[in-house]
Amino acid sequence: MRFLPHTDRERRDMLATIGVASIDDLFADIPAAKRLDRPLNLPRGKSEAEVARVLGAMAAKNTPAGSLPFFVGCGAYKHHVPATVDHLIQRSEFLTSYTPYQPEIAQGTLQVLFEFQTQVAMLTGMDVANASMYDGSTAAAEATLMAHRIARRRKAVLSGGLHPQYADTIATMSRMSGHDVVSAPWDVLAGEDLAAEIDGSVSCVVVQTPDFWGNARDLAALADACHARGALLIAVFTEAVSLGMLRAPGAMGADIVVGEGQSIGNALNFGGPYVGLFATRQSHVRQMPGRLAGETVDAAGRRGFALTLSTREQHIRREKATSNICTNSGLCALAFSIHLSLLGEVGLRRLARVNHANAVKLADALARVANVEVLNQRFFNEFTLRVKGDAAALVEKMAARGVLGGAPASRLLPGEGLDDLLIVASTEANSDEDRAALVAALETALS
Amino acid sequence: MMNNQGRPTAPEAAPSRASKKTFTTNRALQIEEGLIFELGRADVAGVDIGEPAPFDHRLGGLLREEPIGLPGLSEPEAMRHYVRLSQKNHSIDANMYPLGSCTMKHNPRINEAMARLPGFADIHPLQPQSTVRGALELIDVLAHWLMEITGTHAVAMSPKAGAHGELCGMMAIRAAIDARGEAATRKIVLAPDSAHGTNPATAAMTGFSVRSIATGADGVVSAQAARAALGPDVAAIMLTNPNTCGLFERGIVEIADAVHAAGAYFYCDGANLNALMGKTRPGDLGVDAMHINLHKTFSTPHGGGGPGAGPVVFSERLAPFAPVPFVAKDGGLLRLVEHAEGKNLGRMSAFHGQMGMFVRALSFMMSHGGDGLKQASEDAVLNANYARAGLADVMTQPFGDRVCMHEVLFDDKWLEGRASRRWISPRRSSTRASTR
Repeated sequence: MRFLPHTDRERRDMLATIGVASIDDLFADIPAAKRLDRPLNLPRGKSEAEVARVLGAMAAKNTPAGSLPFFVGCGAYKHHVPATVDHLIQRSEFLTSYTPYQPEIAQGTLQVLFEFQTQVAMLTGMDVANASMYDGSTAAAEATLMAHRIARRRKAVLSGGLHPQYADTIATMSRMSGHDVVSAPWDVLAGEDLAAEIDGSVSCVVVQTPDFWGNARDLAALADACHARGALLIAVFTEAVSLGMLRAPGAMGADIVVGEGQSIGNALNFGGPYVGLFATRQSHVRQMPGRLAGETVDAAGRRGFALTLSTREQHIRREKATSNICTNSGLCALAFSIHLSLLGEVGLRRLARVNHANAVKLADALARVANVEVLNQRFFNEFTLRVKGDAAALVEKMAARGVLGGAPASRLLPGEGLDDLLIVASTEANSDEDRAALVAALETALS
Repeated sequence: MMNNQGRPTAPEAAPSRASKKTFTTNRALQIEEGLIFELGRADVAGVDIGEPAPFDHRLGGLLREEPIGLPGLSEPEAMRHYVRLSQKNHSIDANMYPLGSCTMKHNPRINEAMARLPGFADIHPLQPQSTVRGALELIDVLAHWLMEITGTHAVAMSPKAGAHGELCGMMAIRAAIDARGEAATRKIVLAPDSAHGTNPATAAMTGFSVRSIATGADGVVSAQAARAALGPDVAAIMLTNPNTCGLFERGIVEIADAVHAAGAYFYCDGANLNALMGKTRPGDLGVDAMHINLHKTFSTPHGGGGPGAGPVVFSERLAPFAPVPFVAKDGGLLRLVEHAEGKNLGRMSAFHGQMGMFVRALSFMMSHGGDGLKQASEDAVLNANYARAGLADVMTQPFGDRVCMHEVLFDDKWLEGRASRRWISPRRSSTRASTR
């Protein structure tokens, strides 16, 4: 086996040094009746070429986003990732290093995390950000738990613009931890008024912008309503690139900002691994979940970095910790940070403008298609169409013609009477030809 | 001593340069590297993006007008910054990483290559299922391997790391307890005092209180101690096996029987599965739920703290409570079930789990095969015991010099009277989020 360095002779010598006769003597603590007395019922080991052939055949049965006109969004977005990013995250010292508990051997990772946190704080308009969560949905669930601790209340109000799988993730967590959730009706047109829902038992309102339907939302009035009633506003985003063009949630009064960072630096990966972004006000930092890298000085007075405020975390506080999270999304956070360093202020803003321009062009073209209505007033790079008939069937028809033309709302919300809604995203990855192909495919599928 | 060019070779005889400043301030690999906020400029970008033709935006009054403050680096500046930072890390590729509690092993590059095939890396979680048949097949095959290795009946693939897997397992236990109508009475989870911090933290997040069990003088939990702590108020026990002291829990079968007889469930922390593959199976030992850290046992890279993946295997008793999504087989065709039905505990995160990690893990497992995985476990245990044998006369072990599993624990008793302690504390520690 090519990954295992020992020869059988070396194994025998080691057993002799240990002073046992056979390898099974080292497993003597396993009750005899429970030792596996047969080989695992699994194939034997394969050469690298064989592994590549088997897995390559599985990969070949999938249709990559880059191989055809592609317009699916809803929380994961097809963007170009510079080659430099993928090269750097495969550096041995980043790829194969451990969690930076020992700062003396992890200054590289710790400085990266410190820079990442600062970038996230800038992007969201907040004071402090952590070293990442698993993804946007779990970050949102953790944010509600954090709000319950801060407000000392038990109920979260979820906007009808929140990604349905984020809402489900929060609902599962709340049910298990003994908290309450109130979900507003699905709000395709961004017309809801959540202020009336905020009573003395509500710790937080969770609202997404751009929302699941693509609407860009102004959070300022809702933030005021929350604060007037002692609740926190949790702002969620699933498209990080939008922050290059849209007002920062922090500037609109959000108390906690969480989001999905996949769009910057990370591939689609069929849904994971992604990187959860989590930022808040300095006054709430001790209630924040997750790791935090801080700047300090070493014994010689030189700048260095270390994990800090660890008394919030499970390895110190155990059942009193702010979260059970341990491993997070370190390497995805690195990819995010490298890509954002390459973009910088000018690059991110231009990337955002290109995304928005492409979506505007596409929305205008689709609005001219018969039996299609664009529902959004304000949107970034994603919008919702009302189509004649069943959107899921349309998507299958378009796929058969070589166009992945969006996600039907019913995929995420079956049985909600939303079968005629199609959610379409357009990024910088789309060309004019892609857009023309989508328009033609939709026209054909509808006819 | 002089070398053949007449220079002294003893270190103390060499001229000292320690006090002299270098031009770059670097000393060999002690690299000083500025922050991106010091190196970057607001008007520099390392990505060329064309400006779109003028158009009317659709953002109403929501345009971001004030500066964000992000620094930009050109491509060579970025390359140099991150390569230099990487050189300040210790890594498994370059050095041994003899960590207890978190298996670190060789990260084969075939795994990276497979995960980057466009058919895996460039597919969207919500594109039609008819366009991702190979992805569903991979998840199904990996699930089969995990169930065979652990002797279990079901597996939840979506948990994103070990602690998230623990959450999944304990949520399933809570759902099962609730379904039995015992939510009000069974509120206690037992955990040994040696448990990893995520265990009690997870129990607390799922609404349980933790009752601690003392580890015996021999480093393991005795069946007697477990029985004494069990009662009608106990929902589950959380046990790591092999435990965090590197020892196999010898009473595990007795403990499992006692737990089940008391109407509770057995959660096993699978962090140390690397010691057991092909030797024994947690399901056969009586475990009801166990997470598997793909980034430990199956070598998906640690990446400086993630991403991980934490699939959870379940016994028959807990299988109905496993979360969505999962892959089901309808007449030979694989289908992703995304919406909760029946006893299912619901959804734990968006989408379908850590696909990128699944590819790497399956690549690793297929390379080994069933026979190779057993050999890997045997070699890990062999290595730890070899280290124990070699160091037994130098360092002390808290539970005596006895056979260990894939890690060996030493304590600091041997240092008593031999070394002085010097406590070095940082002069200043801050959580500065920004250099502004």
